[in-house]
Amino acid sequence: MNLYEYQAKELFRHYGIPIPAGEVVETPGQAKEVAQNLNSKGVAIKAQVLVGGRGKAGGIKVAFSPSEVEQKAEEILGMKIKGMAVKKVLVEEALQIVKELYLGVTIDRSKRQMVILLSDSGGIDIEEIALTEPEKIIKLNINPYLGIMQYHWFKIFSHLITQPEVKRPLINIIKALVCLFQDKDAILAEINPLVLTKEGKLIAADAKIVIDDNSLFRQKEVAKYQELVEEDLLELKAKQKGIPYVHLNGNIGIIGNGAGLVMTTLDLVAREGGSPANFLDVGGGASADKVKEAVELVCEDKKVLALFFNIFGGITRCDEVARGIVEAFRKLDLKMPAVIRLAGTREEEGRQILEAAGLMVEREMELAARKVVNIARERVGG
Amino acid sequence: MAILLNKDTKVLVQGITGKEGRFHTKLMLDYGTRIVAGVTPGKGGESVEGIPVFDTVEEAVEKTSASASIIFVPAHFAFEAAIEGIEAELELMVIITDGIPVLDMIKIMSCCSCRGKKTTIIGPNCPGIIIPGESKLGIMPGHIFTPGEVAVLSRSGTLTYEVVDQLTKAGIGQSVCIGVGGDPIVGSKFAELLPLLKADTATKAVVIIGEIGGEDEEEAAEVLKQLNLPATAFIAGKTAPPGKRMGHAGAIISGRKGTAEAKIRAFQKANIPVADSIPQLVDLTKEILNYNKN
Repeated sequence: MNLYEYQAKELFRHYGIPIPAGEVVETPGQAKEVAQNLNSKGVAIKAQVLVGGRGKAGGIKVAFSPSEVEQKAEEILGMKIKGMAVKKVLVEEALQIVKELYLGVTIDRSKRQMVILLSDSGGIDIEEIALTEPEKIIKLNINPYLGIMQYHWFKIFSHLITQPEVKRPLINIIKALVCLFQDKDAILAEINPLVLTKEGKLIAADAKIVIDDNSLFRQKEVAKYQELVEEDLLELKAKQKGIPYVHLNGNIGIIGNGAGLVMTTLDLVAREGGSPANFLDVGGGASADKVKEAVELVCEDKKVLALFFNIFGGITRCDEVARGIVEAFRKLDLKMPAVIRLAGTREEEGRQILEAAGLMVEREMELAARKVVNIARERVGG
Repeated sequence: MAILLNKDTKVLVQGITGKEGRFHTKLMLDYGTRIVAGVTPGKGGESVEGIPVFDTVEEAVEKTSASASIIFVPAHFAFEAAIEGIEAELELMVIITDGIPVLDMIKIMSCCSCRGKKTTIIGPNCPGIIIPGESKLGIMPGHIFTPGEVAVLSRSGTLTYEVVDQLTKAGIGQSVCIGVGGDPIVGSKFAELLPLLKADTATKAVVIIGEIGGEDEEEAAEVLKQLNLPATAFIAGKTAPPGKRMGHAGAIISGRKGTAEAKIRAFQKANIPVADSIPQLVDLTKEILNYNKN
């Protein structure tokens, strides 16, 4: 789960990581009010969206008087950035930047550890620097039981950050960020840039936090952000029901079990010339109820013209899935054409249930994909 | 010869009294897996399918000398269950559970390393391991497998069954099939399992079923080349839309790796044919088997 910048900064404040003075608001009038109280020459107005590249899209502006803040907040609040409407802006003091650092904590899959990434060449070009001048980025693998060791600090200060005045505050920020990362079950906590100001202070100018969805059962505090975070209504509904669902743009609703099989199904439908409406994984051990919920969800997307079920039973039992499909069709009184591909555990029982209900069952995936693509094509034509 | 598991391996089931635990205990027994014990804290003394249930892994190992375990317990309790297995020095542990927090998995793997890596962990969020015709420690439908010479390694569950089903129908049997799991942190990566397959006299070739994300496939391509092990590969997710990006850190860590193109390139560089579809994967695998026979 991605947090908005203002939510991430709320957590930063809680952990003692310095952030610019400011507040999040929803109207230009509120923005003006915040600016009046800021006591800062320049004021930054930042769109709160979860997509990258908001600066380039004009979602970050600087103003020099409360009335200018009001006017620019009004511009930004009406904007759409990569399709996402801006509903909130963060109004903050503009920092006097001397230097930009990069600090991130994330998961190193390959080493199976947490990793701290730090560079004194922060800012928007950090990924390019990682490729062309990797020596400018320090990577420190952190054992979850041991935490940060003394030698890590030596590694940082002998190689990279040399200004003596930033050492103590930087140590505190790194410690706090690692602490937050572990406490909140983050998979990413990033400050880019971490600004060294004219006054000699280190301040987190931006904040990005991603929480591990698997941990939400024990992260009640963070989970309450969820409703504020999801911007796609169907994806929000899916998340509340615990169904992995990604909304795409096509007209063939896809329901399968196992991320790999669903991804392969998307690849296959695309190869046959069709266009998937979504990614949906009903997962292992799907019960009839869960399948019914999945069908309901996919059919709420009004673009969907045909359904493609691709089920291979392992922990999932084909008869359970079949019962779920039949129930969903009955309860929703669905007239939607569907191609159901079924194989694996209790395949025969599943096939009998579906055929008794008059539904089309296939065993070969490639053939089933071709059929559903043709059905969708005919419906677009008709 | 088989790797990690054979028909004599004594197995315990952690979470045997739950719905999935019971269901798959029966299926594993039917397949021939030598299940000797179950563990559910608080349910010691009961039995499931005639298998005695114990409160702790330690007690189960003491009474039955089980050396491998399969974990079905819910995500909230999986961390405890896995640490218990590592502490009991089980040789093999398969974690079926999905939804385990990433930081829990990092702790499990750190604990395993500090204990001298005595336990080979497969999973989590995986179908498990099967030695066709001998034993299965997993949830895969046994009837689609047939003994043979090809080892199948996969990050996916159901996609693996799909491939195995088609291999079997094409007359290509399997020496072993391991689903390593789809989570960011897994107990065993492709690259770590490949040396075992190289040493396995039953295995003549490897089929790798990868997917986008991470760099396990890139590492595997490198190791396959070093070991000179014949292989074919398939990558799922070629048309997946670029996911919601995870800040810059993900890109800094993986550089240009992780995309379907990068993985396909890595395999091609190691002279490993990459299939565009599952039927083609079967054909390519048949070709390398024939080539190596001649």
